[in-house]
Amino acid sequence: MHLEYQVFEADFVNAGAASSAIKKTLKQLNVNPQIVKRVVVALYEAEVNAIAHAYGGMIYADIEADKIIVKVVDKGPGIPDIEWAMQEGNSTASPEVRNMGFGAGMGLPNIRKNVDRLDVQSTVGVGTTVEMEVHF
Amino acid sequence: MTLKEIADLLEAKVLCGHDRLNEEHETAFASDLMSDVLTLGDYNPVILTGLCNMQTIRTCEMGNLDIIVLVRRKKASEEMIEEAEDEGMVVMECDFSMFKACGLLFKAGMLPIF
Repeated sequence: MHLEYQVFEADFVNAGAASSAIKKTLKQLNVNPQIVKRVVVALYEAEVNAIAHAYGGMIYADIEADKIIVKVVDKGPGIPDIEWAMQEGNSTASPEVRNMGFGAGMGLPNIRKNVDRLDVQSTVGVGTTVEMEVHF
Repeated sequence: MTLKEIADLLEAKVLCGHDRLNEEHETAFASDLMSDVLTLGDYNPVILTGLCNMQTIRTCEMGNLDIIVLVRRKKASEEMIEEAEDEGMVVMECDFSMFKACGLLFKAGMLPIF
């Protein structure tokens, strides 16, 4: 099953809509609730990142019999130092993002804790792709 | 404690989930940072927060957390209440500070999850 969702820059009102839709789909497919929670927490952090830090982007989810692969592809500005961004507490979040309860530098570390595979590729001026895989 | 006892202790107004007030809960977690709320693993503690916007509801939905106490006189919007009702959540508003609300619950026997 292939699912696609578009997310828009600074669209905080709808932040989480894609994650919520994927959560409902996984529940309908009777995926173990603990696995669903891991997928959704990681995806939600990535979705918020694309809305809060990037110029929006696309979320692609491929659900197979034994795993889900989610790719969040944003439109930039890209992460200059991924290693720095992966450390807890490091953030470039705006005050608006912090007012939403995010932006404490927990996003990427939270994603890493919840997935079986994480690949973050970023090119400054082009964008960031976060690919995550969770096994059922 | 039952959710009714929690609401009474905190002098809180229950906005939705009235049908669940007899449920017993023994743990609570307090944070204004939603990324922290997302780190709670399989626990479903009562969430106390002063963050009051749609992300409060969405974050709890993502984390399978369905009991929210809004502290510091924060008022939920109609949109938040509708979303919480759709998710079957219990949401309360409490005029106390986070410190006072946590202190009262701790004194009454509610437990931290770590």
